[in-house]
Amino acid sequence: MATYQYRHYPYRTPPELAGTTPARPPVIIVGAGPVGLAAAIDLAKQGIGSVILDDNDVVSVGSRAICWAKRTLEIFDRLGVGERMVAKGVTWQVGRVYHRDRELYRFDLLPGGGHHRPAFINLQQYYVEEYLVDRVEDFPQLIDLRWKHKLAGVEQSATGVVATVETPDGEYRLDADWLIAADGAKSSVRSLLGLAFEGRTFEEKFLIVDVRIAADYPRDRRFWFQPSFDPGQSVLIHRQPDDVFRIDFQLGWDADAEAERQPESAMARVRQVVGAGVNCEYEWCSVYTFRCARLERFVHGRVLFAGDSAHVVSPFGARGGNGGIQDVDNLCWKLAQVVRGEATAGFLASYDRERIHGADENILNSSRTTTFMTPKTVVERQLRDGVLALAPDFAFARGLVNSGRLSKPCDLLGFPGFVADDAAGAGALRPGMPCEDAPVAGADGRAGWLLDHLGTDPVALVFVANRREAAEIADSVAACGIARLTVLAVTERFQGDLPLPELVDADGLVRARYGGAPGVTYLIRPDQHVLGRWRAWNPSALGVAWRVCLGSAKA
Amino acid sequence: MTHLRRDDGFDGRGDAFYEQLVAAHRGLTDAASGALNARLVLLLANHVGDAAVVAETIAAARRGLDSGGTGNEQEL
Ligand SMILES: Cc1cc2nc3c(=O)[nH]c(=O)nc-3n(C[C@H](O)[C@H](O)[C@H](O)COP(=O)(O)OP(=O)(O)OC[C@H]3O[C@@H](n4cnc5c(N)ncnc54)[C@H](O)[C@@H]3O)c2cc1C
Repeated sequence: MATYQYRHYPYRTPPELAGTTPARPPVIIVGAGPVGLAAAIDLAKQGIGSVILDDNDVVSVGSRAICWAKRTLEIFDRLGVGERMVAKGVTWQVGRVYHRDRELYRFDLLPGGGHHRPAFINLQQYYVEEYLVDRVEDFPQLIDLRWKHKLAGVEQSATGVVATVETPDGEYRLDADWLIAADGAKSSVRSLLGLAFEGRTFEEKFLIVDVRIAADYPRDRRFWFQPSFDPGQSVLIHRQPDDVFRIDFQLGWDADAEAERQPESAMARVRQVVGAGVNCEYEWCSVYTFRCARLERFVHGRVLFAGDSAHVVSPFGARGGNGGIQDVDNLCWKLAQVVRGEATAGFLASYDRERIHGADENILNSSRTTTFMTPKTVVERQLRDGVLALAPDFAFARGLVNSGRLSKPCDLLGFPGFVADDAAGAGALRPGMPCEDAPVAGADGRAGWLLDHLGTDPVALVFVANRREAAEIADSVAACGIARLTVLAVTERFQGDLPLPELVDADGLVRARYGGAPGVTYLIRPDQHVLGRWRAWNPSALGVAWRVCLGSAKA
Repeated sequence: MTHLRRDDGFDGRGDAFYEQLVAAHRGLTDAASGALNARLVLLLANHVGDAAVVAETIAAARRGLDSGGTGNEQEL
């Protein structure tokens, strides 16, 4: 590719084969894709070590994922890589949908302000992985990233797992307490365990081309049904960094994949889109069919599946990589609790439950999109075309036009482990929902963002009116009995000198979004989800809620 | 007078409706699908009842079809 230089990461002989004394890692992670790398960083932030095995020695060949959603960026912020991703990425929030040459409508994904991160950035998957690898290198004591180490076997017992690993120097066995299978859609761990991966394949072929265009093309997402400039069913264009554009062509099921994959024929299509006069250079292309499938369960004893190894979706909606990063966010703090002995292994059932729900939501949405985009019978086509024909005049029909329902944070309303809402009506954020961002200033007066203060450890967010209230709360934090709890005081105006870390809500957006009257308290999980909320500071209720969440107390 | 509504009557659940409609046709021949659509139109029109709304609906649905096309042809 013209715009990206692949670096070959060095293979190193592992201690197991070099004759030095190997240490037993708590966790083995199979796969150094976005999910495996993010998991290692998240565990390291919890102080937990891991060995990552990857059969390759480069980041993603060809881009694959390009659209990264706001929730993913917030998780990347928590992992310490968000800023770099956003700085390099192309920020966008407007999508335009066309039928033939006519614009049917446009959507704006994040109309409200007061959030640090945009609705989406576009950033090639190879950059995402490169930045994650760089971040991994910040934890040399905790993360051992092993390139050209292929997992070839896995056994587990009640107390641990043993992986058989193939390297250029031969085979070795690696013991650990847990194994995270982040080895992608063709997961070896899944086949080694003999697990079924069932779902639905969509009979459609897509040509996906990345090209470099020097001209100043718009950054909006643009989608055409039945474009006048291409014989296929639909075309989607996205702008990426380095003047690279992603163009997806819907070819039809009967297309000849081998012929379409040839750069010359792909570029002939591209030139129809961009116009003959525009100078564009070929970067990469591939032909795909897509399916939706998931494992029946993600937790199999001491083997935990995350990302594409656990579930796959069609890409319209950008739910694959974004869903995988939400898996990491949900899993790692829970695994850390178990590794530290603060929760039993049974706590991981909540990962299974919550992320199966997330995967099902992603599969449902991407299946609906694919159904709309790829009508299979005469009547399906008539219905689809009927919607497109009515769309210019009828708002309801515009609502039915489906070119992708883009990844949104998954909420866990009503799931076990979240406590009843004790501050109903205080604001829109209820237990089970991911926290909303808002601007805050720290005690040093520096402007910042609420989400940067939440996560990795449990946090209680308390709205206080004055120093006396803050002092009473500070005196009773220990009564919560929650390990590593941080209590943050949100104030309307800077108080200074509080016995708790102070976040000043000068714009009032924290109060508006969290219904923050004085005393209102939120208990927030390490993955930035609201665990419970109360009208008044109540340390024993917070303690019970935390233990219910961990499964060590009854609701 | 009541008019044909143009706003989203599905209250944000349009995708589920569309899925349900496509699923209703699954496994039918083209002729049987045509019959299903005819019955759906009759039932829904009866449910609406209001003659003015039904007339407005027919006119809106017919727009662009008079040339014998499907309304989705490219205009030359
Ligand atoms: C064309 C296309 C467009 C997409 N667009 C988007 C998008 O815009 N947004 C989005 O969120 N998602 C998108 N996706 C999905 C996204 O690419 C995947 O969901 C994402 O890569 C999953 O990450 P992962 O880490 O689970 O798996 P992978 O990225 O597949 O990584 C798995 C890793 O495991 C390694 N591995 C495999 N087997 C072994 C073994 N036996 N031993 C050791 N290592 C092994 C592999 O080498 C690889 O490095 C798209 C996908 C495609 C194909």
